[in-house]
Amino acid sequence: MNRTALLYAAMAAVLLAVGLLQSWQLALTIFNLCVISAVMSLGVNVQWGVAGMFNVGTMGSAAVGGLAVVLVSAPPVGAAWEAGGTGLLAAGAVLLGTAVAVSVLWRRLSGLPVTRGLAVTVTAIAGILVAQGWFLPATAAIEAVDAASAGYLGGLGLPVALSWGVGGLLAALVAWPIGRLTAGLRSDYLAVATFGISEIILAVLRNEEWLARGVKNVTGLPRPVPYEADLQSAPWAQQIADWLGWPLRDTASVLVKLAYAAWFLAVLLAIWWALERLARAPWGRMMRAIRDNEEAARAMGKDVARRHLQAFVLGSAIVGIGGAMLVTLDGQFTAGSYQPLRFTFLIWVMVIIGGSGNHRGAIFGGFLIWFVWVQAETAGLWLAATGAALLSPENPLRLALEQGPAQLRYVVMGLILVLVMRFAPRGLIPEATPEAPK
Amino acid sequence: MTDILNGLVHLTSMLILPGLAYGSQLALGALGVTLIFGVLRFSSFAHAEGLSLGTALTILITLWLQGMGVSLGVLPTALLGMLLAMPLLALVFIGTDRALYRHFRRINARPEVFMIVSAGVMLIMNGVIRLVIGTDGRDFEDGERFIVTARGFRDWSGLAEPLVLKTSQMLTIGLAVLAMACLFRFLNRTRAGRSMRAYADNRNLALLSGVDPDRIVRLTWVLVAVLSVLAGVLFGLDKGYRPFVYQQLLLPMFAAAVVGGLGSPVGAVVGSMIVAFSELALTFAWKKALTYLLPAGLAPDGMMQLLSTEYKFAVSFLILVIVLLVRPAGLYGKAAR
Repeated sequence: MNRTALLYAAMAAVLLAVGLLQSWQLALTIFNLCVISAVMSLGVNVQWGVAGMFNVGTMGSAAVGGLAVVLVSAPPVGAAWEAGGTGLLAAGAVLLGTAVAVSVLWRRLSGLPVTRGLAVTVTAIAGILVAQGWFLPATAAIEAVDAASAGYLGGLGLPVALSWGVGGLLAALVAWPIGRLTAGLRSDYLAVATFGISEIILAVLRNEEWLARGVKNVTGLPRPVPYEADLQSAPWAQQIADWLGWPLRDTASVLVKLAYAAWFLAVLLAIWWALERLARAPWGRMMRAIRDNEEAARAMGKDVARRHLQAFVLGSAIVGIGGAMLVTLDGQFTAGSYQPLRFTFLIWVMVIIGGSGNHRGAIFGGFLIWFVWVQAETAGLWLAATGAALLSPENPLRLALEQGPAQLRYVVMGLILVLVMRFAPRGLIPEATPEAPK
Repeated sequence: MTDILNGLVHLTSMLILPGLAYGSQLALGALGVTLIFGVLRFSSFAHAEGLSLGTALTILITLWLQGMGVSLGVLPTALLGMLLAMPLLALVFIGTDRALYRHFRRINARPEVFMIVSAGVMLIMNGVIRLVIGTDGRDFEDGERFIVTARGFRDWSGLAEPLVLKTSQMLTIGLAVLAMACLFRFLNRTRAGRSMRAYADNRNLALLSGVDPDRIVRLTWVLVAVLSVLAGVLFGLDKGYRPFVYQQLLLPMFAAAVVGGLGSPVGAVVGSMIVAFSELALTFAWKKALTYLLPAGLAPDGMMQLLSTEYKFAVSFLILVIVLLVRPAGLYGKAAR
């Protein structure tokens, strides 16, 4: 406990130092992203720390969560629905019908492998081609509607905070079939399958412009907090600015970031509280038993595959909530910004260094690694600038130094990951098994 | 008759030759995946970066060779650079194993732990590659680019459709066949290869029979390095080197290895061909081929393209899902549980 408190205090001190030395806006920006990272890290911790599953599809869950923000809160584009809504629904119906036909054929023809393969293939191809007949003109029509600012179906126009829950739900919905598919198989299959599905989710999000504008990005998403410009005209904001002696614009920006921080912190604490409850409940003890000795747990009659599926879906949902909050904070959905290194492996570094299996550790890891990730570039750029100033402009070492910091971050993260795994596999805040109820 | 010939030439040039080349490149990569899995018992997430690093090293060595005026005439100089890059990459792999994987073998860590560590290795390699060679694409093919050019074939045959055979395609197919023949001969006929298979099959039994595990592991990494450099360089000669694209090879390579059955070398080759041809066939616009091959009245109106090319790696995943549903152990694999 002492060590935990010490580490958290140190983290708080470092963030305060950023506020005092650099700026409060920067400190709060980092803090907000730290909280979101901590939420995602909790999600991965449920899968790895609690259940011992290696999920490499975190990016996919985060992106699906982000998509939920668009689908829930963006204003609907009525003209696009009129232009292509029916065609899209028809294509969807055809694809659904094809899927049903394929599965029926698959079952009915189980005795005839060659006929079955042929029938299924022909049905699938025919179904896709027929669906394309509806799909291609419909999406072209949708994407042509006010292409510069819309060109997609839009969302439901509901309050944005609702989308966080929806994001978690969507991410769970995507995770469920993957979990079902790999349940009971060797862990490599889960890793490969999750890695694959996350890449495909991103491919869909980048290419299907009718859904969320693809790489053209959805910007100007609604916010759960007031706009800076509105605050600047509010008298009470003026009073606070006077009292602090700051310019009004900075005060408004800090206030907005504080409001975001309050929202995100509330979500983080709620998830953390629920997970701690769960860890102490019979479910948590069972999960640890399965993780630590799968054979023994199975022999005791525990349904290992089913428990793994639960942890996998729950963890993915939490990551989805984090992904939705991230898009809300950015105010835009940028499909091109999702990279596995940033959204999957960085989260893994957070969980591992924090202390897998320990939710307090995972949260701390989220804070620490996000801070290092952001500030490493600043520090690296400064170092590079200082070092480069000593060299002539054409010196290849200088060129390498100048473009280095951004790449060096990956090396640093990789090193942290392998060094922690090698020398401190339990992380900075090791898991302490909660006492069994008496 | 001409129509049918035209259709066949079109298919050969646009589907069969590219498919064979891509399949061979994947096979060399997937063989590495399956060797690591068989001997070291984990799926290495750093494998695509290994291909990338091998290619980056080859490019740097090739530039140096070209600077000294070395050239292979009609063949790309990279073939020479490749030979120097192989031992370097082998050293990198063996060094990584010594520093990291060996420790986890000794403490008998779970496969997930190995995968996490390999993800760390992936991050490090990725950063190092970008630092060394930058993020931009590079074309490093020199020498004669085509064996059969579009115009040359058209003039010779008088057909409307051109047949194109790139030097890199021919080299890929030839070198891949050669490398696989050598690998299978090594695994089946030599003492070292047989002890490697024995170790992969039943570790304890092999140890009891006096197999030196450290030697087997070293040997595996050397083989993986050779295969990785070959796969990476041939892919790069064919399609150009871009670090970003190489990262995306991980999924098709994994899919190929799983389809064939993790740990089975023959399976890796067959799986790679299945993945490569499915990827191309599903994203291929069949309109032209069908117009030539079908009777005049049946010519299709649309593009006859099942999936747009942006989704080509979704095909790997689709195949992976089908295999996991129908036959989780893969075509040639053993237990998947």
